[in-house]
Amino acid sequence: MQTTSDEVLIGRIAGGDRLAMQVLYARHHVRVYRFVLRLLRNESTAEDVLSEVFLDVWRQAEKFEGRSAAATWMLSIARFKALSVLRRQGEAELDDETAGAIADHADDPESALAKKDKGAVLRQCLTRLSAEHREIIDLVYYHEKSVEEVAGIVGIPEATVKTRMFYARKKLSELLKERGIDRGWP
Amino acid sequence: MNTANDGERRDIEDLLPWHAAGTLGRRDRERVEAALADDPELARRYELVREELAQTIHLNESLGAPSPRVMETLLAKIGAEPARRRRASIDLGARVREFFANLSPRTLAWSASAAALAIMLQAGLIAGFMLKQKSAGGYETASAPAETAGEGSYALIRFQPQASAADITQFLAANKLSIAGGPSAGALYRVRIATTKLASSDRDRIVKALQADRVVGFIATTE
Repeated sequence: MQTTSDEVLIGRIAGGDRLAMQVLYARHHVRVYRFVLRLLRNESTAEDVLSEVFLDVWRQAEKFEGRSAAATWMLSIARFKALSVLRRQGEAELDDETAGAIADHADDPESALAKKDKGAVLRQCLTRLSAEHREIIDLVYYHEKSVEEVAGIVGIPEATVKTRMFYARKKLSELLKERGIDRGWP
Repeated sequence: MNTANDGERRDIEDLLPWHAAGTLGRRDRERVEAALADDPELARRYELVREELAQTIHLNESLGAPSPRVMETLLAKIGAEPARRRRASIDLGARVREFFANLSPRTLAWSASAAALAIMLQAGLIAGFMLKQKSAGGYETASAPAETAGEGSYALIRFQPQASAADITQFLAANKLSIAGGPSAGALYRVRIATTKLASSDRDRIVKALQADRVVGFIATTE
């Protein structure tokens, strides 16, 4: 079965087609929501942002030129809106200090138990990265974005994308080490 | 690393997350695969990347989905937006793009062949129609056509490409038109719209009425 492409749907949305909007929403809302939720860590706020993202898609559909994939375009909008929320909340500084502050729970009973499951510890550490590092890890691993696409979404050079990914992974290794898992890297 | 210096190893290592996610271009993918085959330490680090990839997916998939409330809120907001003004020319272009975007390459190929066949059939049938009209009028020499300029009123017409020969025949008969010449460049036919020389205003009125027919793509009066 052939499905209508996102680009065609956006063309219809530009013409005021609400059904096309619903189709596009159904196709992408879960991933956009998860991307926002990982940045904001609040379900209610993430849902509000999600609604705003798709309202922007409705409003800006006419300007969409198809230079990037529709999913990439939507993630760019989502990122911009999520960061606006973070700034309003006073969390504009997306650096490792945030993660460092959160990460000082090395040997609480929960994590001691979790040590038995390396995967669970890794997931726990992923939640404790800074927003900047969570963002790049998610874009690369979960949203399957290329170096070029990440650069477009985040608004940084491609070389910086690779460097940032390296430091995000390095931080992840440090958090794991704090929980007794030494990966021998970096 | 056996085959590359530290700088190159770092370059390759930086690409491992994208290699694991399958988002590298062919050239980089081949570079990484070659390095992984040749460097056990790099291969070990690649396994760490794969672990991260698996757990990132696991984590994200466990986040659930937004409530239906979001969709309702969104639709309510969209409903409150000002109505869109659609420009016909833009819509037409978008529709054409959409039409072709929705066709598979195989369908496109068949469509192009069918369109070419339809045009040939249309041209053939119109030519046949003209010959039939001429033969009905009896023998005539090439130097002495039955109808010459000045003996009637004429218009240049281009038919819609999708119009069938039957449509065109019906259109000509219903409007008592006869093809006097063509097709010339731009698939224009010269049609007689009256057997007498009409006043300019009368020719314009007839042409305007013919323009409304669905088989007509273009029509204008001519001498």
